[in-house]
Amino acid sequence: MRHRKDPVWVHVVLSLAVVVIAAPVLFALIKATQSRADVLSPSLVPGTAFLENLRIVWRDQHLGRYIANSLWIATMVTVGKTILSILAAMVLVYFRIRFKGMLFAFVLFTLLMPTEVLIVGLFDMVSLSPPDSVGEFLSWLLNPRRVFLEPIPFGFGWTNTYRSVVVPFTASATGVFLFRQHFLSIPRDLGDAARIDGAGPGNFLFRVLVPMSANTIGALAVIQFVYVWDQYLWPRVIIRDDARQVVQVGLNLIIGVGEGVYWGQVMAGALVSIVPPLVVFIALQEQFMRGFALTSDK
Amino acid sequence: MTYRPIFRHPIAAAVLLVPTLAVLTAFLYFPAIQSVVLSTYRSNLLLGTRAFVGLENFRAIFFGPQAPAFWQASIQTILFALLVTGPGVAVSMVLATLAARPITGGRFYRIMLIWPFALSPAIAGTIFLFMFNPEVGVVNQVLSALFGIKPRWLDDPALAFVVAVSAAIWKNLGYNIVFYLAALQNVPPSLSEAAEIDGAGGIARFFRITVPMLSPTTFFLVFTNLAYSFFNVFGLIDILTAGGPVGGGIANRTGVTTTLIVKVFRDGFGGSSNMGLAAAQGVVLMTIAVLVTVGQFRLGGRSVHYEGA
Repeated sequence: MRHRKDPVWVHVVLSLAVVVIAAPVLFALIKATQSRADVLSPSLVPGTAFLENLRIVWRDQHLGRYIANSLWIATMVTVGKTILSILAAMVLVYFRIRFKGMLFAFVLFTLLMPTEVLIVGLFDMVSLSPPDSVGEFLSWLLNPRRVFLEPIPFGFGWTNTYRSVVVPFTASATGVFLFRQHFLSIPRDLGDAARIDGAGPGNFLFRVLVPMSANTIGALAVIQFVYVWDQYLWPRVIIRDDARQVVQVGLNLIIGVGEGVYWGQVMAGALVSIVPPLVVFIALQEQFMRGFALTSDK
Repeated sequence: MTYRPIFRHPIAAAVLLVPTLAVLTAFLYFPAIQSVVLSTYRSNLLLGTRAFVGLENFRAIFFGPQAPAFWQASIQTILFALLVTGPGVAVSMVLATLAARPITGGRFYRIMLIWPFALSPAIAGTIFLFMFNPEVGVVNQVLSALFGIKPRWLDDPALAFVVAVSAAIWKNLGYNIVFYLAALQNVPPSLSEAAEIDGAGGIARFFRITVPMLSPTTFFLVFTNLAYSFFNVFGLIDILTAGGPVGGGIANRTGVTTTLIVKVFRDGFGGSSNMGLAAAQGVVLMTIAVLVTVGQFRLGGRSVHYEGA
């Protein structure tokens, strides 16, 4: 492959970019290792207080709790989204149903509705108390004027629960789209062979589609895990009980605790909270690159 | 090519498809309708009061007492989005193209360029908040040692805007570069080699071959970067500047880093708890999102180079 000498300027530009991009995190890393006095000084010599800083932020400032919450939530959403998306895409590609195009458009159209803009509408629906009876709910549901023209009188009553940050995110236009594209690229002979063999949808799903979708599943898992891990606005609004808070909002709580900000501890906390998405990303990097490269230009 | 469906179980199809449709209906479509409904109400989050006021909230933000702050936030949103998207995507494309070359240490460069994929807006905000702290931040410690100056980065409107934009670009570089690298794996090297034999220089090859070949990815990234700077950047701004500082001159009605999403949050869930007003601005933001997407696809359809199909 290497049939000419690498131009020097390419190395200069790339090295410079690597340094500039890494600088903020290197700085955070150095400061996370320093004692409380050194953190405030201009010194950029690594110290020995990293474990001490981490211990304080993890236990006394509840970072451990926030990270556990986020891990649980991100895992639930990632698994839920992957399952629902693969099933929906399977129907859209391999089932004979009516209004297929419209149903796919209905799913895809939600790409225009980021949760962040919907927080006002979503908040009442998720936070208000549930209806007292099924009858009350049905009388609301069967009255289009109340459904479409009036603010909702009741909701799920999910304030401060994990459900409030999991359930709304278990369906995904991106996921359905990626799996549909992938299924369409699978040779149709496989589907025909399955039909000749008389395989049911379940067999076809587990014997053919899932094994052939490793890259797409990996790519989607990375995107979704990072997306959920990074969630900030919605948890900040719907979760008022700090013990249930997610790690991103937790960082803001840690900065805000007490009088002065203990930057060494904050930096230790920030760095630790990068680790889970980094691990997921590194673990699934190959699948991610392949899964996405396959679909990006089709 | 058409793909003949192989299953004909309507009940199974419904069981598999309905969960997705139900969640999307309940948690995206219905809240979108509710946002529009609430924008016609005067509604207070804390008091729980609701009264129909028609288009009063929209009058207030477009022409009424809320108008100056709303317009300022709108212009800031657009400026912020353009400054994050344009340079962010362009720099990412150049870096990814260089790192994709078969050079010594290419793998190292690629890893060192894409790890910021794991950064979140909130973490970017947290680290930049410390770096640009006027007293104990590394930036001012270096500047005061070298030049004896200590700019108050996050209190000065112009500087605060620049710092927020920089943090937002930095956070998204890894994301952009990952997608470009994935796409570059699919660009056949033969194209570039043929052009080289024909005597095309490096810059000509970049603009004539790489840029057109990457256009589907650029199209996708411009869209996701705009969405990122409209919505996801909230965590970064909330931690870094909380929407401040208030500007001077014509920018004195709200904080210079108060983009529309920050304003929706603060009007609806901040001090005044005016959900109706927040909903009205949310509807405007939603409209912008729809327009940007539709415009993107219109524009993209014409200028994007697709290989083969």
